[in-house]
Amino acid sequence: MIPASFDYVAADSTSDAIGLLAEHGDDAKVLAGGHSLLPMMKLRLAQPSVLIDIGRVFELAGITATADELIIGATTRHAALASSELVRADAPLLAHAASLVGDPQIRHRGTIGGSLAHADPAADLPMAVVALGGTLTLSGPSGSRQVPADEFFLGYFETALAEDELLTSVRVPRRPGVPWGYQKFVRRANDWAIVGAAAIAGRVALANMGPMPLRARAAEDALAGGASAAEAARLAAEGTSAPEDIHADRAYREHLARVLTERALKHRSSAAHAD
Amino acid sequence: MRVEFTVNGEPRSADVEPRTLLVHFLREQCGLRAANIGCDTTSCGACTVLLDGESVKSCTVLVAQAAGQEVTTAEGLAPPGELHPVQRAFRAEHGLQCGFCTPGMVMASVSLLAENPHPTEQQVREGLEGNLCRCTGYHNIVRAVLTAAASDPAEVTA
Repeated sequence: MIPASFDYVAADSTSDAIGLLAEHGDDAKVLAGGHSLLPMMKLRLAQPSVLIDIGRVFELAGITATADELIIGATTRHAALASSELVRADAPLLAHAASLVGDPQIRHRGTIGGSLAHADPAADLPMAVVALGGTLTLSGPSGSRQVPADEFFLGYFETALAEDELLTSVRVPRRPGVPWGYQKFVRRANDWAIVGAAAIAGRVALANMGPMPLRARAAEDALAGGASAAEAARLAAEGTSAPEDIHADRAYREHLARVLTERALKHRSSAAHAD
Repeated sequence: MRVEFTVNGEPRSADVEPRTLLVHFLREQCGLRAANIGCDTTSCGACTVLLDGESVKSCTVLVAQAAGQEVTTAEGLAPPGELHPVQRAFRAEHGLQCGFCTPGMVMASVSLLAENPHPTEQQVREGLEGNLCRCTGYHNIVRAVLTAAASDPAEVTA
């Protein structure tokens, strides 16, 4: 399979990329690692007439730290995120999530910005950034704005990014030593979560329990009220709208959400296979 | 569009359509047929090559994205007539059955050992998560990678 024809332009800076987006509008798609976009283009599920490659905009890649936050450039690859000493120490949930995306080849190419902008509700990094209470920087012709992860994901593959905006970085709080849990239930190697749950500091996020990564608010409220992990986890599926597919019906996904939330709240981390 | 990059140490200047995928360019324009097109959906790993030393699935990389970079295929691992230590280990341990997945397995293994020269068996299995063997010959493949890891590390990651 090959994608339909398109014009290719390589941006050489962030402002160049934003200028190109303004020039080409909704005919254009931004190419970072390409590991969500190119498969969709091969299947003609996406058919942009222009690709704006930000893969060589070096200022968009890399991880830096302020006193309270890690700032992760949009084109930072999953492999770099998973192996970064800074991320492993100060946001280990995020490093762990990155280490579970796809497989090593995919992690060598895929980027955090690409994963977040693609907004697959079953993906690891959107759930992780929601659990962490991250903030996304969206940059357009009239400047930049900060959007909390909770407000970034709007629906299936739909985000708060405007047509002329580029996701340039993600900020997450530095929380070394704070207990966390991450559960990803998959049946096959190299797969998306059938259901995922990530928990840290009283926040719980779920993957593949609705059109976007969701907070398990009822469980969070119970925790805030002093409930145990087991008691709170019983409420994890409340307010969700899990999809049904060949892997699982809604009732099974709701069961998984409760079980995985309890495990995540007990600060256990694994890529849970059918066990 | 014109793209300049290096394939197995040789500079290449390619005049390609922007939509040209790396695996097609390698097979059809360079005549390098080691990288196979298996699933064509970033799953099976048969098309795995190295891009600046890191394993990638060449069915999901545009030639344009490889500009200025170094591509290595199984043909480029060792001089003609010689075998890379990982290739040697695959032969010694019979790490192949039909052979279709083998070039991708070898390239993924070279990348794995470059990142982790002394992996445990579990790390090898997880490190080859992106490569499928439809003959299900995984045991000997894992054994081959462990054998290669036990040989001279400097040689393996070279």
